[in-house]
Amino acid sequence: MITFKLNGREVVAQEGQTILEVARQYNVNIPTLCYHRALSPAGACRLCTVEVYDGRRTRLVTSCNYPVWRDMEVRTDSERVVTGRRMILELLLARCPDVKVLQELAREYGIEQPRFRPETNDCILCGLCTRMCEERMGVSAISLTGRGVELEVDTPFHLHSEVCRTCGACVSVCPTGHIKLEDICARKPQVIPSEFNRGMGPRKPINIPFAQATPNVAQIDPETCVHLNTGACGVCQEVCGPGAINFDQKDEIIEVDAGAVILATGFETFDARLKPEYGYGRYSNVITSIEYERILSAGGPFKGHIQRPSDAKEPKKIAWIQCVGSRDASLGCEYCSYVCCMYATKQAMISREHDREIEPTVFYIDMRAPGKGFERYYNRARTTGGVRYVRSMISRVLENPQTHNLDLAYVDESGEIQSETFDMVILSVGLRPDPAFLELAKNLGIELNRFGFCESQPLDTVSTSRPGIFACGVIQSPKGIPSSVLQGSSAAGAATSLLAEARGTLVKEKAYPKERDITEEEPRIGVFLCDCGINIAGTIDVGEVTEYVKTLPHVVFAHEYLFTCSTDSQVDMKAMIEEYQLNRVVVASCSPRTHEPLFQDTIREAGLNKYLFEMANVRDQGSWVHTFDPERATSKAKDLVRMAVARAERLHPLYEFPFDVIQKGLVVGGGLAGLTSAFTLAEQGFETCLVEQSDQLGGNARTLYYTEDGARPAEYVQKLINKVEAHPLITVYTRAEVKNYSGHLGEFKSTVSVNGKTEEISYGAVIVATGGTEYQPTEYLCGQNDHVITQKEIERRIVFDPDSLKEVRDLVMIQCVGCMDEEHPYCSRVCCTTAVKNSLKLKELNPEINVYVLYRDMRTFAFMELSYKKAREQGVRFLRYFLRQKPEVAEVDGRLQVKVFDQNLRGEVILEPDLLVLSAAIRPNPRSKQVADVFKLPLDQDGFFAEAHLKLRPVDFANAGIFLCGLAHMPKFADEAIAQAKAAASRASTVLSEKQMYVGGTVATVDATKCAICLTCVRTCPYNVPKVDEEEGVIKIDAAACQGCGNCATACPRGAIEVGHSTDEQFVAKICALY
Amino acid sequence: MCGLGYKTNMEQQTASQIQQQQTAGEEFEPKIEAFVCTYCTYTAADMAGSQRLQYPPTVRIVKYLCTGKVEIVHILKAFEAGADAVFVGG
Repeated sequence: MITFKLNGREVVAQEGQTILEVARQYNVNIPTLCYHRALSPAGACRLCTVEVYDGRRTRLVTSCNYPVWRDMEVRTDSERVVTGRRMILELLLARCPDVKVLQELAREYGIEQPRFRPETNDCILCGLCTRMCEERMGVSAISLTGRGVELEVDTPFHLHSEVCRTCGACVSVCPTGHIKLEDICARKPQVIPSEFNRGMGPRKPINIPFAQATPNVAQIDPETCVHLNTGACGVCQEVCGPGAINFDQKDEIIEVDAGAVILATGFETFDARLKPEYGYGRYSNVITSIEYERILSAGGPFKGHIQRPSDAKEPKKIAWIQCVGSRDASLGCEYCSYVCCMYATKQAMISREHDREIEPTVFYIDMRAPGKGFERYYNRARTTGGVRYVRSMISRVLENPQTHNLDLAYVDESGEIQSETFDMVILSVGLRPDPAFLELAKNLGIELNRFGFCESQPLDTVSTSRPGIFACGVIQSPKGIPSSVLQGSSAAGAATSLLAEARGTLVKEKAYPKERDITEEEPRIGVFLCDCGINIAGTIDVGEVTEYVKTLPHVVFAHEYLFTCSTDSQVDMKAMIEEYQLNRVVVASCSPRTHEPLFQDTIREAGLNKYLFEMANVRDQGSWVHTFDPERATSKAKDLVRMAVARAERLHPLYEFPFDVIQKGLVVGGGLAGLTSAFTLAEQGFETCLVEQSDQLGGNARTLYYTEDGARPAEYVQKLINKVEAHPLITVYTRAEVKNYSGHLGEFKSTVSVNGKTEEISYGAVIVATGGTEYQPTEYLCGQNDHVITQKEIERRIVFDPDSLKEVRDLVMIQCVGCMDEEHPYCSRVCCTTAVKNSLKLKELNPEINVYVLYRDMRTFAFMELSYKKAREQGVRFLRYFLRQKPEVAEVDGRLQVKVFDQNLRGEVILEPDLLVLSAAIRPNPRSKQVADVFKLPLDQDGFFAEAHLKLRPVDFANAGIFLCGLAHMPKFADEAIAQAKAAASRASTVLSEKQMYVGGTVATVDATKCAICLTCVRTCPYNVPKVDEEEGVIKIDAAACQGCGNCATACPRGAIEVGHSTDEQFVAKICALY
Repeated sequence: MCGLGYKTNMEQQTASQIQQQQTAGEEFEPKIEAFVCTYCTYTAADMAGSQRLQYPPTVRIVKYLCTGKVEIVHILKAFEAGADAVFVGG
């Protein structure tokens, strides 16, 4: 240990450290140009000159290579030093007047114009590049050549270097931009394309793959890392503050004992080069939808600015070509990829949001918008959104080689051939399983279909051909986000059903010491300030802030740490709490969003209540956003810490209290979804109540006799009913209705009326599966003519009365009856496939029959497309009509007559069918409204239940502990309802598997002495938590249900409500400490 | 569902202050106090940090679990403490 004086202050250093290193440790700024932590110091730029006094005389030395010694006195800002630096800068600036770093430094030192004749050089001869090349890369491709005024960085004999590895390290360290790799290297330097940005931007060998990567840490690419390939470099290891770089890490094979396996390996997009007619890969302005997705992203290669690749110009006319690599038999991918219609629509809409000048056109075959809210979105895009849709398949794209614009020819709705020029063409590429999955599937011995997707059991979409192995997401079939999310839960549910017995057996509980009672103690605040390497300390003078903090009231300890979150700092934090008997802790570092739980855990380990903690966000909302204003950033940091300390002083311990979870589920609705949920919960070992309003279980599935893929839902549901009724853990109530509900997540109570009698039940979670019904059409003579029936009826006749259909010669089906119109602008999802499935059966029964399907857009998505193709091959005729030209049905001379304007033939067609089958919409169960009222659940515009989040939380309600599945959510197929039912059961079991839960802490409490029961809080609470306690005559707020938002506290006219950890006293103290 | 938005009608006052300052020959930089919701605006402020989007250091952020808890008195206290404007983001 060496002590010496730095600018008059006593400092401590290690033997062998240089003055510069010590100065930086103590946040004393010394300017440098030729210094780099990973390189030996050269003392070349002389800018780091400081004054050293040895007791007798002072000398000027370069601090970067001058070692410290005991009792020396160093001045980094004396007049002599500053004069010297100014001269050096003046000379350097005269040599290189255009170099930005020099201009900035000169301005800092008050030099406006050098007195010397300006030159045009841009090399300051710092030698960083040559040292980097020699010392770290071991190559010496460049060196300082020549003497005196002719000194310069060059390769031997001015020739392109053969030994240069094109690593670019010289370029990366050059402070002026003088070094150009093209001048040095014989090879052409290649950028490393960013995989995430689809090659449209560069990435470094060390990178975080993308912003949401988990874990969100940097990785070294072994392919391009110089160290891993040659043993040279290793700069990162020296620069990394916490020493996280370990070059010896190797791929490891880890063996895991598992009772079940879930596959979720995702997809890749179709390789658009396989459709050469579109010119992808040859024409630079033809890109894929995934690439365009990156262009649109604010984190993408152009920071969200829409530009075309060829010339970076803003495109005006953009065309989307749909079904590239989908619905295409020539490429062996006949299936529909499901997501492309909607993502193209979304991209077109977002493009217009970015730039109103953009004119998007989508060329499509059928617009498939069968998801929740999709049809409305598509309508919005088409009408007010400014997106043009043209129903035409583009056969080829031609580039104008001069302008790089793209010519497309297509047939418009009137049959004319049109030619149009676009600035950019986006190919809506389809989905296919990741190729690595094919290999994995082979190793696991699971069966795949001919497209490489997982072969699942009918009606059980997450199963594979091998028991115990489950699949979810796109590897099972093409699907969007909500279906992927719910299938994920479903697979987890299926796996945990297998493992129900082993649940919790490997869990180790963490033990904390007894909490110290601090109620009698004066506040003793400890402040831990973080440098975050250079993230904070690079801008904010953390040392200065630390000194300032020590002057604040009640602060008994303040210390600066390189990283407050590192393990050794955590150990130190605990020791300091002990040593200084701290009873409040403040950390000034990054965001509480990411790090508060860690620090709270640490103080708990030191015997403090976790609510005695406060954070000041001086990084994300300090150093990172005021990078170029260090002085004011430092002063703001002081303010932020002062505010945190003021609040900390007023923090109180809060206690969460446990309650026993009622490990019992309630399922409302006994259709396919409800039965599946109840059975899955019971299989997981939870008692379950099933409440069905009618006298019979099974719902719609009882009349669903077969599916296009060979499943038999009616038989399936009958077996399921038997299993449910026989299950010892399931209680079934039929002719029953839930009358009311109270309580909160983990502890609910309801009254159920069963056959007129009432029964009280309690449960920990509830699944809503109230189902839907088929719309009873009144249009197209339905109900007036016996030959007009619905799909449900024709399905019944096909199964039970096939002979009656043998005489039928002509049969017409009309799609979208009761939906996809102004009154009901949603798609019922299943009707196109039902029509196709029934047409095929009819053809099977009677090959002579003529089936005409009058449709709007055929929405046979995913593998259902194969049935649609088969139907066309078997001669089923599909006639397309527009909403504005609906078919007309009349009875003429006792026969049905259907008049329709066929868009494909562009003429009126008159059909005289023996039977007219209407594809009627799916409506929510009319009882949904009553259930929604009882449980206070939201419904959407169409009367279906509104889930917590359309994409990310498709089986949850915003209200904790209540889950959703089946047709009550939206129209869906039987297998989808089953998957969602299992997902809902899986989500509910995350609640039911907890023996105890904790509530309280940051919740609202009512001061009974002040409360006037004015009911303002009752009306204000968005979660309906405050209730009148009639016995005691006050408002009660259930701690378990309270979300802590504080709306009630603000609204309360008498100030009777306070929210734990968000008290007015705490906020006011913080705000008063603002300036 | 991120709480209630309060409108702080400070535009006039700020404008008059700017005028005063400008006549005094100084560049007016308002001190802005932001009361923000943890779930949305605070998260956005953190994201601004991770993207290194720069804004003046005269902005101070106070985190609320929900801006529903912002009391009128908090806003008044902020002005009393010296804020030129209060921004509620929720």
